[in-house]
Amino acid sequence: MSKETFTYEARGQILIIHLPRELDHHNCRNLRYETDLLLSENYINKVIFDFSRTEFMDSSGIGVLLNRYKQMAGSGGSVAICGAGAQVKRILNMGGVCRLIKNFDTKEAAIAG
Amino acid sequence: MRLEMDSLSENEEFARVVVAVFFSRLNPTLEEIDDVKTAVSEAVTNAVIHGYQGKEGIITVRASICGRELTVEVADRGTGIADVKKAMEPMFTTDPSGERSGMGFSFMEAFMDEVTVVSAPGEGTAVTMKKRAGE
Repeated sequence: MSKETFTYEARGQILIIHLPRELDHHNCRNLRYETDLLLSENYINKVIFDFSRTEFMDSSGIGVLLNRYKQMAGSGGSVAICGAGAQVKRILNMGGVCRLIKNFDTKEAAIAG
Repeated sequence: MRLEMDSLSENEEFARVVVAVFFSRLNPTLEEIDDVKTAVSEAVTNAVIHGYQGKEGIITVRASICGRELTVEVADRGTGIADVKKAMEPMFTTDPSGERSGMGFSFMEAFMDEVTVVSAPGEGTAVTMKKRAGE
């Protein structure tokens, strides 16, 4: 799997988005377009953001997460996070994301949760 | 240290890594390095998105060390900010797409010891930030 781009995994009605090593404005540019396309063509009721490869994230990542949260909440779906490391967790906490989006240690837990 | 680069989103990572390496000579903790990387990333991203609105331009990054303190300045000659106080409010954004959280300046202030913004419409923006290592 590429370290620099997003990869998408479908598990039934769950869309898992594997995030790149560095999640900044540059790397987030295509995410909206790609996820909008996937969400319009498939019936998805849960989006999981997998941070297990991510070593760096700035506020661009917060914008992306909050926008997907609003989008999914609008259609009755949910959003979850898994595999966040120390730097990512600090940013998520500071961005207030943890109050809105459930955080799991593993992908399996996020799928089950 | 002085770095001049084109206003391209690819350069956001380059800028934060260069400043992090410069800062590392103070032997900071990993968390302090992450703080500086995040703050520089926010400032450069602002210059690319707001300062130059995706158009061509030059972003200048200057960094210096005095004692245990890093000073880093990120400057553009772009659009500028009419109301800096308003721009620094948490969640404030001029971006219409909804993809921007409006937390860039909040993160800079949270992760650095001091943040100063000088800006004028049509003249550009300079963000100066200070970070002490080992405190």
